[in-house]
Amino acid sequence: MLTGLLNRWLLLALTCLAALVTIDNDYYLSLLNFIGIHTLLVVGLNLLMGYAGQISLGHAAFYGLGAYTSGILTTTYGVNPWLALLLGLAVGSLTAFVIGIPALKLRGYYLAMATLGFGIIVYIVLNEAQSWTGGPSGLSGIPSFSLAGLALDTPRRLFALIWLMVGLILALSANLVDSRLGRALRALHDSENAAASLGVNTGRLKLIIFVWSALYAALAGSLYAHTLNFIAPGSFGFMFSIKLVTMVVVGGMASIWGSLLGAAVLTILPELLVVFHDLEVVIFGAILMVVMIFMPRGLVRGILDIWEQQKRWRQGRLSTGGRSAS
Amino acid sequence: MAEVLLDLQGVSLAFGGLRALEGVSFQVPGGIIKAVIGPNGAGKTTLFHLITGFLTPQQGRIFFRGEEIQGKPPHVIASRGIARTFQLVELFDHMTVLENVMVGRHRLSRAGLLASALRLPWTRREETEIMQKAWGALEFVGLADWARQPAAVLPLGLKRLLEIARALASEPELLLLDEPASGLDVHETERLGEMILALKDQGLTIILVEHDMSLTMEVAQEIAVLNYGKLIAEGPPRAIQRHPEVIAAYLGSDWQ
Repeated sequence: MLTGLLNRWLLLALTCLAALVTIDNDYYLSLLNFIGIHTLLVVGLNLLMGYAGQISLGHAAFYGLGAYTSGILTTTYGVNPWLALLLGLAVGSLTAFVIGIPALKLRGYYLAMATLGFGIIVYIVLNEAQSWTGGPSGLSGIPSFSLAGLALDTPRRLFALIWLMVGLILALSANLVDSRLGRALRALHDSENAAASLGVNTGRLKLIIFVWSALYAALAGSLYAHTLNFIAPGSFGFMFSIKLVTMVVVGGMASIWGSLLGAAVLTILPELLVVFHDLEVVIFGAILMVVMIFMPRGLVRGILDIWEQQKRWRQGRLSTGGRSAS
Repeated sequence: MAEVLLDLQGVSLAFGGLRALEGVSFQVPGGIIKAVIGPNGAGKTTLFHLITGFLTPQQGRIFFRGEEIQGKPPHVIASRGIARTFQLVELFDHMTVLENVMVGRHRLSRAGLLASALRLPWTRREETEIMQKAWGALEFVGLADWARQPAAVLPLGLKRLLEIARALASEPELLLLDEPASGLDVHETERLGEMILALKDQGLTIILVEHDMSLTMEVAQEIAVLNYGKLIAEGPPRAIQRHPEVIAAYLGSDWQ
């Protein structure tokens, strides 16, 4: 089990290194960078949805808060991008804290509606507060991060930064779900009453994980702003919140590594489907439907299930073959 | 007699016009098994919900070890040392049998968000201890062989045992069992009875709500009888069996 886990980390590190060395194409590197940013968002949302069972349909708002805090502070006030990132985390988590106190008293669909409303409000503010945010036309000229005099402004350099963050966040999250707190989260998902009867402060735990997942989203937002150097409200709307939920479900609820896969598949797929022009959305939807019908527990478990089935089938054939031979 | 562990004083609760409990007062001395019996709808489960904080009494007070606990949230009451099982089993279905019991250690461990995410060295030691204690509780109820299975696959009888193991892992002073024998066959019920008596011998105080009268009479030292939300009798099993009001409540007053 431990070696299996170690292997996964090794595999991730080696894949990243290999990508860095072999890929000499800015488009592919940028695509990988966006997969990384989406992974941060999806892991956070998965902790909240897949593990704790709390649905958020407004997660793009925290992403937007991180991005706009970074964007506004660096362009308008000349703040250092790294400091702006930290302040973005503060804004995202504080907002989640304030929103979470009333919202998390709601359960199921009501929580989904409340977070949906919040997401729409943030989207409207980003559009309307033009003097701050630049309105619908967005905010340009956001500076890149720089490290010891080296500007992280090429896809290759950003790749190193983003995937280092992804590795870190994946490690923290994997630790978290396999701990006292992670078990309490899953317990809360299955039976809030039983969890409470064992001393789990369910209200507080929900708030903690909500703020924690907003923190991931704000981190992703800030990275996005300093990667693209331009942000506009369109990236942080309702549709993107829905897309994040889809990534969680396709990758697999309550699966840290599934989040990586879900983010990768749903980031690459639209790029591949561009050749179909107008049919793109239809094919995209069809693929999602097929995945959900045949792999309701997500891609990771779905593929594992098929693999196990194949193995059993092969073993079955071997053992019957052996019997007829003897 | 041992000192009073749980003390209910005039506890009342009505749901709209329905008086679920009316001025119920009784005491539970430490170290005994006290059964609460009564016909369906007499208010037994409501009583459990009041003691464990899932409901708040409209009148009356509840003392645990001399401290008022009525109206406190369930997790606070749990952390004081009261554990319970549920009439309709409430397990964490998507977690393994072992993990279910590990959640029982929640109140006795302290790793928070950052310590868990960073996996600080002391949290590993704590995890080891959680794991050991959880195994101990599983072995006590005889579920160690099922440890790695998801809780959802257990048959009902074993699910009830798992709920007990999970509650025991929290090392409570007072354990509330809500119809633990319902859905069990004769052998399972017999084993359950032995287990309850063994727990009492270890010094645990137990309140038992149960319809199986032979089990109740066998294990309980004291019995409280509820009928339509009122306490109609209280005493040792033998006295209760002959109590006229109890007989009337169970068999109808026309009987005799």
